[in-house]
Amino acid sequence: MTTIDPSPTGAFDGIDPFATTRTGAVAVDGDQPSGEAPPRLVGGPPPGSATIETHDLCAWFGDRLVLEGVDLVMPAGEVTALIGPSGCGKSTYLRMLNRMHELVTTASLSGEVLLDGEDIYRAGIRAQEVRIRVGMVFQKPNPFPAMSIRENVLSGLKLARLRCDDRDGLIEWALRRASLWNEVRDRLDQPGGALSGGQQQRLCIARALAVQPNVLLMDEPCSALDPTSTLRIEDTIAELRDEVTVVIVTHNMQQAHRVSDRCAFFLAEENQPGHVVEHGPTAKMFEHPDDPRTLDYVQGRFG
Amino acid sequence: MHVTLRRVRFTAAVTAAATPRPRQVSDEPTRIDRIFGFVTTGAGMTVFVLLGLVGLFLLLRSREAFDVAGWSFFTRVEWRSDTSPPEIGVLGLLTGTVIVAAIAVVVAVPLGTCTALFITDYASARVRGPLTGLVDLLAAIPSLLYGIWGFFVFGAQVVPLSKFLTRHLGWIPIFATEEEAVFTGSMFIAGLVVSLMVLPIIAAVSREVFSQTPQGEKEAALALGGTRWGMIRQVVLPYGKGGIIGGSMLGLGRALGETIAVYMLLPQVPKLTIRILENGGATISGFIARRAGNDQEIPGLMAAGLVLFLLTLATNMLASVIISRSRSGAGIDA
Repeated sequence: MTTIDPSPTGAFDGIDPFATTRTGAVAVDGDQPSGEAPPRLVGGPPPGSATIETHDLCAWFGDRLVLEGVDLVMPAGEVTALIGPSGCGKSTYLRMLNRMHELVTTASLSGEVLLDGEDIYRAGIRAQEVRIRVGMVFQKPNPFPAMSIRENVLSGLKLARLRCDDRDGLIEWALRRASLWNEVRDRLDQPGGALSGGQQQRLCIARALAVQPNVLLMDEPCSALDPTSTLRIEDTIAELRDEVTVVIVTHNMQQAHRVSDRCAFFLAEENQPGHVVEHGPTAKMFEHPDDPRTLDYVQGRFG
Repeated sequence: MHVTLRRVRFTAAVTAAATPRPRQVSDEPTRIDRIFGFVTTGAGMTVFVLLGLVGLFLLLRSREAFDVAGWSFFTRVEWRSDTSPPEIGVLGLLTGTVIVAAIAVVVAVPLGTCTALFITDYASARVRGPLTGLVDLLAAIPSLLYGIWGFFVFGAQVVPLSKFLTRHLGWIPIFATEEEAVFTGSMFIAGLVVSLMVLPIIAAVSREVFSQTPQGEKEAALALGGTRWGMIRQVVLPYGKGGIIGGSMLGLGRALGETIAVYMLLPQVPKLTIRILENGGATISGFIARRAGNDQEIPGLMAAGLVLFLLTLATNMLASVIISRSRSGAGIDA
């Protein structure tokens, strides 16, 4: 049983070589969020970010144990990166945090996932309620192609049956948060499928944010995108950390280094279930990790 | 390869400095490809030839009837072949055909769509396989059996429903009946039986398109806190819309041509009526089946057959156009 050290770190600001570039890009674009509170949602999640933690979380597909005994704390308002080679269970872990795992018919799990101290798998709590509080952005951009940009942003309200009196305000707020507002403000009625890949992914982020979740899960959100779009998304993540806890799976070490406050390194030895080798503040994980395998991985020597 | 390319470009630059011209690229197919290409082309053409021959046959055999009846063939309701010249018209048959098919499609589309949704999005894997097979099996039941079942069993069961409808909704013209009406042998019963026969095709086409709904979009809807129904309404149904419409048109095509069951269930006396609950009604195919033994009637029946042929052909072609143009139906053969 391991517990993460919950001390808040300023590691991100100190070591990121891209910090200036990114800030510059945002300033030029003028897409900076207003910093205003979002329009109120009726029936939506409680405001602010939430701490999500797992205790002894295991996952199976059929009889095969794919992930074993994961104990992690992802503190409120921080960005946690999950890193590790393919097939080590990162995405499976991520999908257990908002109950998407159980959509696979053969999937099962044990252990607990606590969202602000409450087990999301306890009896009497619906998967939908959990998913409203814990949003998700997928690897492949998946806007609803037949819907307009506006409808895409609002689709979560309809699906989750939330009400908002200031829909236009919510659209602008979510799109600004996703750094997409300036690019699409004049064509909100065009189909979401007509945007570029990077814009589509930011639209998906805006769509997820419009529900105002407490936690945002991102499953390799930039793997299908070019470097410029990737940087835009990273900017977005950096801006989001104040109001939502971000958990991001990434194969890109520089990205993990740039965006995250904390890191967890997953590894699966051959024919063994995946597990967490090491976790901690990002700076420590990248500079002097305890486990030599972590150092090898973050320096690109295996994986 | 690299060298050759450069030389070509160089020569082109020398001879025609200003305008590059596209090269003619040809490829010599191998013997086996030539033979196989010939065979497949032949098989494909056979379909067109057969279709053309059937149309031509109907056209030639029905000329006599068109010569006698002229344009009145399309406007006359009655069919009297004992008069001289015979007074025959297809209008009564045509309306009966369309009404029965419409009832069948109106009933079968929601039923088939929901069956397909149950199979793709609700049923557990253990139920899914057998149920899919069972629905397809519905299509394998000979239509004669549907007819017998409809005549001896189902028809009588529907009569109370027909009475209920006419008592409470009789102010709607299609549900109106005469006093003392007979409720068996109605277009309503025939339509319901035919709906069971077209259900499999509608369910199969819808199931196919629903199952191709991109997983990413379905997961996106669920991850936003959607219910399963919300996900179906916002993702699966919009995606499968083309498939549902196309499948319905295919079903309509089948319903228009359905013969034996309708032959048994309807009195097959041409009549211009929209009252679906009371005894009466005739369809082109059922009427042809009933009268085909009579030699003098053949030209007239051929003419009616030609009308049906063109109607189903148009319906099916429209269906395949709709399916192939929709986002979901691109991969479906219809």
